[in-house]
Amino acid sequence: MRRAARALGELAAVLFLVSLGVFLLVTAMPGDPAVMVLGEGHPPEAYDEVRSELGLDRPVFEQYLDWLASAVTGDLGTSLVPPQHEVAERLLLALPVSLQLAAMALVIALAVAIPLAMWSAHHEGGRIDRAVSAGTFGVLSVPPFLAGLLLIMVFAGGLGWFPRAEWARLGDGLAANLHHALLPALTIALMELAQFTRVLRNDLTVTLREDHILASRARGRSPVRVLVSDALRPSSFSLVTLLGLSVGRLIGSTVVVEYLFSLPGVGSLVVGAANQGDVPTVQGAVLAIAVFYVLANAAIDLSYRALDPRIRRSHV
Amino acid sequence: MSEPLLDVEDLRTTFHTPRGDVHAVDGVSLRLEAGRTLGVVGESGSGKSVLGRTVMGLVSSGPGVTVSGRVSLAGQDVHALAPAERRRLWGPRVAMVFQDPMTSLNPVKRVGRHIDEVLRLHLRLGRREARERTVGLLRQVGIPEPERRAGQYPHELSGGMRQRVVIAAALACGPDLLIADEPTTALDVTVQRQILDLVASLSRRSGMAVVLISHDLAAVGGRADRVAVMYGGRLVESAPTSRVFGAPRHPYTGALLASAPRLSAAPHSRLPTIEGRPPDPADPPPGCRFAPRCPRAEAVCRGGAPPLLDLAPVGGHPHEVACRLPLEAESTEVGHGR
Repeated sequence: MRRAARALGELAAVLFLVSLGVFLLVTAMPGDPAVMVLGEGHPPEAYDEVRSELGLDRPVFEQYLDWLASAVTGDLGTSLVPPQHEVAERLLLALPVSLQLAAMALVIALAVAIPLAMWSAHHEGGRIDRAVSAGTFGVLSVPPFLAGLLLIMVFAGGLGWFPRAEWARLGDGLAANLHHALLPALTIALMELAQFTRVLRNDLTVTLREDHILASRARGRSPVRVLVSDALRPSSFSLVTLLGLSVGRLIGSTVVVEYLFSLPGVGSLVVGAANQGDVPTVQGAVLAIAVFYVLANAAIDLSYRALDPRIRRSHV
Repeated sequence: MSEPLLDVEDLRTTFHTPRGDVHAVDGVSLRLEAGRTLGVVGESGSGKSVLGRTVMGLVSSGPGVTVSGRVSLAGQDVHALAPAERRRLWGPRVAMVFQDPMTSLNPVKRVGRHIDEVLRLHLRLGRREARERTVGLLRQVGIPEPERRAGQYPHELSGGMRQRVVIAAALACGPDLLIADEPTTALDVTVQRQILDLVASLSRRSGMAVVLISHDLAAVGGRADRVAVMYGGRLVESAPTSRVFGAPRHPYTGALLASAPRLSAAPHSRLPTIEGRPPDPADPPPGCRFAPRCPRAEAVCRGGAPPLLDLAPVGGHPHEVACRLPLEAESTEVGHGR
């Protein structure tokens, strides 16, 4: 109980620092918001007026506390660019798109990587293992923007199997939604998939040399059973660590892929807003991304405990 | 003599390594009757562990390994079976206990599951039945509070307790043969004795044959009906335990016995040792493998491998020795090397 309370306290502290960082960084972005609002060629008094309207004439720290206080209640301000939507409202529209892409990418990556790694490790040093190693290495060296372009060219362009530059919300029906999401999700998944496969395969080969695996084989369990129910779990710790790191990369790839496929996600929102100097929107979107990142990693920390009984009762 | 439970004939296990072929087991023949205990003794690298694994079929011909010869277990040729059929022997027919109980249990699996899943795999028991049987087995190997222990993880148990769990898992399906590969080497001396006594009593109760592999002659001593001494991948002597201890015929066995510490020896007296090093398994000496270290060796020993011959008097238990110049039958004080 006490450990849970402490973990929550730490989480709150991290989120606080993250919000501070986001605010300061975005405030330091080049460009004057007042010019963004009015356009150029107005008298200086007009700009001053806008600045005081936006509260920009106050000390930065005061601005931050103000922003934080409303952010906690879910109010992230309004966009500077017409039509002046609520930032929170735009985020609520964009977040499901990005979250769905990221989640689908993770599921695809794991669903392919786990069996592939087991297959490869089972044939350690053999032809299959070497082919998997070469293949994943190849995939790793293709950045998402290139992979995305290739996938679009082949599957959306040449073969015409998938739509391009369109998005269907869940409300338009699950099939349509998945049809639109698959190609971009696959683009994001590719690099993660290759990374996951390599890490898990290596850990599996180490585990498979351990005595308890030999002991389990000696009790007559089949190779598949030994792989799935004896070797996988003790080999998964590095993969879980990597999962935490990959959340960050996933966000990066999502931004690129949303831009590439012109999907209305948080990535497109941030890029658009940053180009227009729309400070509140950028702040809101980056805050949402940062909070997501921190929460995802907190969840992964918890999953270690579920995976490894040895750290469950030890002292932190 | 009835059909033996285990009949090993000219077994050879060769590992093909970049350094050349390593003949880990080099022409071993032995037999073991049901319910009996055979001690296999040898120093590290003598091939005793590989012998155990090859007998079981855990090591079999494949990439990098060649196994030749024959292992017959209860009339079945282990190495002629398809892998799936061979696996069906592991548990109900033959089981193995490994050296280090710290590493031979899966760290992320509850203690009871190690036993449970064997019962469900081989005996097709239901979940409830398997759990009850598991608790019974844990009690049988002397684990207090078996219900609670079954739900714990290996790191929550002491080394001795873990080895008991490993033994319980090996015994779960009532095997005819237990191969114990240095079962006590990683344990405290006081616990070693308990574990060996446990194996002996379980063997007596269920009529299970045991191959007890050890580098420690003394550990094997009181618990084996016969002792086989291995050196450089070959058997050098195989005889009833009392003969091996009382009247060893191979100079290596004699030297091993002489180098064991005795309570009767004067304090601070030097223990006799065996000069030289064990043979390089990738490049063994020609002829008798022990010849380079043997004080009795003559030119004839370096000629060809000495055959394993029965030197026992007619009608007695076989006392097989692979030596061209064996020790005298009554001699015990030998092999001091100076």
